[in-house]
Amino acid sequence: MFRGMKFELESKIKNKFVQKVEELSGENLSACYQCGKCSAGCPSAPFMDILPNQVIRLIQLGMKKELMNSKTIWICASCFTCSVRCPKGVDLAKIMEALRQIQLRQNIDYGKPLNLSKEKIGELPQIALVSNFRKFTA
Amino acid sequence: MKLAYYPGCTLKTQAKNFEDSAIASFEKLGIELEELKRWNCCGTVYSLTSDDLMHHLAPIRNLIRVKEEGKSKVVTFCSMCYNTLKRSAIRIKNNDEDREKINNFMDREEVKYEGDIEVLHGLEVLKNEVGFDKITKIVGEVHEPPILNGLKIAPYYGCLLLRPDEIGIDDPENPSILEDFIYAIGAEPIDFPYKNECCGAYQTVNEVNIVVDKAYNIINNAQRMGANIIITSCPLCEFNLDKRQKDIKKKYPNFKEIPVVYFTQALAVALGLDPKTYRFDLNYISPQAVLVK
Repeated sequence: MFRGMKFELESKIKNKFVQKVEELSGENLSACYQCGKCSAGCPSAPFMDILPNQVIRLIQLGMKKELMNSKTIWICASCFTCSVRCPKGVDLAKIMEALRQIQLRQNIDYGKPLNLSKEKIGELPQIALVSNFRKFTA
Repeated sequence: MKLAYYPGCTLKTQAKNFEDSAIASFEKLGIELEELKRWNCCGTVYSLTSDDLMHHLAPIRNLIRVKEEGKSKVVTFCSMCYNTLKRSAIRIKNNDEDREKINNFMDREEVKYEGDIEVLHGLEVLKNEVGFDKITKIVGEVHEPPILNGLKIAPYYGCLLLRPDEIGIDDPENPSILEDFIYAIGAEPIDFPYKNECCGAYQTVNEVNIVVDKAYNIINNAQRMGANIIITSCPLCEFNLDKRQKDIKKKYPNFKEIPVVYFTQALAVALGLDPKTYRFDLNYISPQAVLVK
């Protein structure tokens, strides 16, 4: 029974999704030992449905659907707090970006720039708009 | 002393108060900021994926412009521009393959980029080129005691000035450069735990609620620690902390407003410069009553 489970896990671990995340982020996913420091310090964690440390665990297990449907990857604002605090040197901000890119590169936008009202566009500073479009559109 | 200056998009529009106060106060301190004759948007965020070289073109082209003007350093004030330019500069400097690829792509550029431009933030220039001691001296000469004497300022660093370590202008967890700056202009810094916590950044476009909650926590904490005013160096932080106070007030009716200014605006006041250079008209909560007595 355990042998079967191990086989299933290994095949998931080595699936294309995991490889893609590692390739895009350049990070070693197996370095994470789940201490939770990223989630403890994340200022966006209260607004997330999956905590930052859980994101890594789910990738390790190859659970693509759960991750790609999560709000978390779009709530992360790339503030790099987790990146400077990780005791194992895992740059989680890059992993979050890799997950967003996996969707965006299929030409599926998350943000809807065309729905923004003229009023809102006039009010927001350019850096808010440009960075938002860079992060949320293909 | 002359320094090449990269303004970035927002300092030319919504954050004109940042640019005007920066240019005027640097001039008073003996540094002439020479705006690049040609520049483009840096892209505002550093591209984090390993294979995405295309988004490093914009920042690197700006560094080529610096080289074309015969300079080896460029100073910028916006934290986002600083982060993007500096991280791209480091990646292209340390990675031969990337550098070759990016230069091959930009084959119409007359100058090749060799990774040889240093990106500086305005605060670093104040600390290392001018010196905080000199600022204290000049501020003391303008007015005795200094104009901002007794004012309690909350230094808000935000994210991109400090993180990641490789580009941070100070310790990412326990920075002190803004505090030292505040002492130098004759005011008193307050210590508050939210000084380097994210304001929500570009979530302000589609997730106003998140930004409202984050900005509320940051401002409320600064107020509880006794701040009269908050200073920052990022036009997006400024927008979220200053202009979003209108939305904070709607959600938290007991919220008390507080002015948020760029560090250069406080510097211009401390240096006794022409009030036209402060451009307080662009701040949502007027800093007039708190900063200028």
